[in-house]
Amino acid sequence: MLHLDELEAQSIYILREAYSQIDPLAMLWSLGKDSNVMVWLAKKAFCGHVPFPVVHVDTGKKFQEMYEFRDRYAAEWDLQLITGDCPPVEEVDASLPPAARSAARKTLGLKALLEEHGFKGVIAGIRRDEQATRAKERVFSPRDESGTWDFRDQPPEFWDQYKTDFPPGAHIRIHPLLHWTEIDIWRYIERENIPIVPLYFARDGKRYRSLGDQDITSPIESQAVTLEEIIEELATTTTSERAGRAMDHEREDAFERLRASGYM
Amino acid sequence: MSPRLPLGSEREALKIVIVGHVDHGKSTLIGRLLYETGSLPPGKVEELKAVSARRRMAIEWSFVLDAFQAERDQAVTIDTTQIWFKTAARDYVIIDAPGHREFLKNMVSGAAAADAAVLVVDAAEGVREQTRRHGYLLHLLGVRQVAVAVSKMDLVDYGEARFAEVSREITHYLGEIGVVPTFIVPISGRDGDNVAVNKATTGKDDATMAWYDGPCLLEALERFGSVTRPVDQPLRLPVQDVYKFDQRRIVAGRIESGILRVGDRLLFSPSNRTARVKSIEVWSSDAECLEARAGQSVAITLDEQVFVERGEMASHEELPPMLSTVFRATLFWLAQEPLEVDRTYKLKLGTREARVRVQSIERVIDTDTLAGNPADRVERNGVGEVVLRCREILALDEYRDLARSGRFALVEDYDTVAGGVISMEGYPDQRHAFGVKSENLTSVEHRVTAPHRTERNGHCGGVLWFTGLSGSGKSTLAMAVEQRLFNKGYHVYVLDGDNVRGGLNANLGFSPEDRAENIRRVGEVAGLFADSGVICISAFISPYRADRVRARAAAKGGFHEIFIKAGLEACERRDPKGLYRKARAGEIADFTGISAPYEPPSKAELVVDTEAADIEESVRQVVDYVERKFARHCNPGRA
Repeated sequence: MLHLDELEAQSIYILREAYSQIDPLAMLWSLGKDSNVMVWLAKKAFCGHVPFPVVHVDTGKKFQEMYEFRDRYAAEWDLQLITGDCPPVEEVDASLPPAARSAARKTLGLKALLEEHGFKGVIAGIRRDEQATRAKERVFSPRDESGTWDFRDQPPEFWDQYKTDFPPGAHIRIHPLLHWTEIDIWRYIERENIPIVPLYFARDGKRYRSLGDQDITSPIESQAVTLEEIIEELATTTTSERAGRAMDHEREDAFERLRASGYM
Repeated sequence: MSPRLPLGSEREALKIVIVGHVDHGKSTLIGRLLYETGSLPPGKVEELKAVSARRRMAIEWSFVLDAFQAERDQAVTIDTTQIWFKTAARDYVIIDAPGHREFLKNMVSGAAAADAAVLVVDAAEGVREQTRRHGYLLHLLGVRQVAVAVSKMDLVDYGEARFAEVSREITHYLGEIGVVPTFIVPISGRDGDNVAVNKATTGKDDATMAWYDGPCLLEALERFGSVTRPVDQPLRLPVQDVYKFDQRRIVAGRIESGILRVGDRLLFSPSNRTARVKSIEVWSSDAECLEARAGQSVAITLDEQVFVERGEMASHEELPPMLSTVFRATLFWLAQEPLEVDRTYKLKLGTREARVRVQSIERVIDTDTLAGNPADRVERNGVGEVVLRCREILALDEYRDLARSGRFALVEDYDTVAGGVISMEGYPDQRHAFGVKSENLTSVEHRVTAPHRTERNGHCGGVLWFTGLSGSGKSTLAMAVEQRLFNKGYHVYVLDGDNVRGGLNANLGFSPEDRAENIRRVGEVAGLFADSGVICISAFISPYRADRVRARAAAKGGFHEIFIKAGLEACERRDPKGLYRKARAGEIADFTGISAPYEPPSKAELVVDTEAADIEESVRQVVDYVERKFARHCNPGRA
């Protein structure tokens, strides 16, 4: 099998396992490239349908292009869109560094939304190659009642037998893109012609490689204005994808602390 | 600088797991490999230096992977980590697995996903407990390609003799479990010797390992074979779900082996329903898809509305999976609480879930010595051979034939506690016994009913099913009971093993399948005798519980299982037909108690212990039982 076909087949298998075993279930739609690939894979898995709600946790600080994209494709793809707001930054753990503290708003917003709708599982588009902490994730990753990730005691996961049994009150994060890399994502977007927010393409010598909140995400130097050029750029870079995400770099363990407390 | 990827072309990604004893230098090797192949982001080396200096250490390559704060402080790898690098030939996903014994579940999670493995052995310490355990588990998890890196050669002064010694040690162990390493490479992760370039070819002055002329580790990786899917094996498509988003019923699942084509007739097991593939549905594609292969996730429609649900296994009719309620397994145990006989767990076999009970623990394997020892429990991180039994019929394959449908996980409460592979050695495929071949049967009502027969005979009919080891006294007892009951006026008849094999079952041998068929026929015949009002005594070893359960069903309520109990030693001492002697001499294969299993009844209606009671007392016990249960106004039902 070709590499992208292999990745696609595995992701479809994971999505179908989640839909079969976890109820109620929702998918996080951050509007970034990865989560668009994820929605696309769901349509492939379920023959053109997305049979669960897609959730956008809105920090209120996203780029205008992202909101436009959301409204257009929620309608075009016939998605059951649920949006949730985030609390003001003053309500977040003040011991976190500033950007991490700002990013943690999203975690609180997500928790509130999960509680409100009672979702038992959420599908999230994280990948192992994004960040060392994420490299250690499981495909089906349990969270306790407060949403905490216990990375010291993760369930065994082998032969595609995922953890699907939980005590009452527990949550599960499902990661259908865990085994993809950034360049896989772009190659797949190119092959399948998947729509993405235009901010990923270079304007005036800069483009966004990763999309977060406006105030804590920076663009990179780039001339890439087509998918082909982005792929070419990535094939030779050794800079990390999340270099433009401020909260990853504030302190040695900042991102790990964010993740342990429930950040995606 | 990393080599440039060819644009637009698809590249292969080979998943490699690095395993070995704790502190033998796995993470260091990976860090070094990434550095040598130019795969570290700019600034990472400086960051490493800074972090290492803060902890007052020389540059510590393992910090690249050991991302967690906790791990840095303890300096061991807790979880499994993945990292990517690429060469001109292909992409690699490196999985780092922890060496600590207590972290086995994470090692398993990493290694099970791998296409190939590097087993790291410390040149100074040599092969250790975890080296062997990991080697064994690689084999059990199905990782067939293994290269060995003998690490820390700098600690043994790059000695050729020491390398040869360690090589012999590891080659010997792996050979015992049937693994032949592709290469054994002496390396120094600290200095990068033989990691990405062959030390002998660098032309440097210090020809420290000039004696080694094999490939460097990177080249050993490049020489691993590509991943292949089992396309040319029998079709297996476990049903993952059935969707009904519109008028169509869509069966979804991933093809684990073989090829599926539109028009193929599919057999769903264990329900034994069949239907043809009408279409393979591909969203957003107008082109008609006519074929799908192993590895693909598919959605298909069928030409008939047969009832199919998650957990069924689709195959072609001519090469179906086996059906059984019992199987052998070699499993690794991950839970704190040990595995014990009679405990029940949730089996996850492909998409099928069912309760299984541990019928027996055959042996526990010491992965250090590979010795198999009798035990009554399998402890955490242990490997055991067990027999698992299920109330429901399972569709399964033997691991050695079809790896992907011959392996399973066990769940207790909320946790995955074991993974294992299936063997059916000594157990028959029960498929033929579950299928009703003819579809045009209508059963006809008798005008003479059971009460009429009871009234005429003075007792009701039924089956006295004797089961026990060869030599336990079944035939002797059966004949004596028959005579005693006959003299008392009962209508009674004995079906005896050797007699039936001369006629009704003359076409059957002693393979597990034939033994099962032998018992199936006897069960049916005994049931007919009982229905006719006769007390039918059957005297067969009937070693498999599943067969007796079927015989019970055939007798429709008048079944009395009588366990003729005598230990193997006593039976072997008696050996009335000289069979044990022949079996011990290897002249008889599949001999119950010696080379084939005997499953004692768990809830027999009557147990006759022929070691404790003599023949007269044993006959009395059975006759007493009959007089209590088969009187004219008896309830012909179970005791």
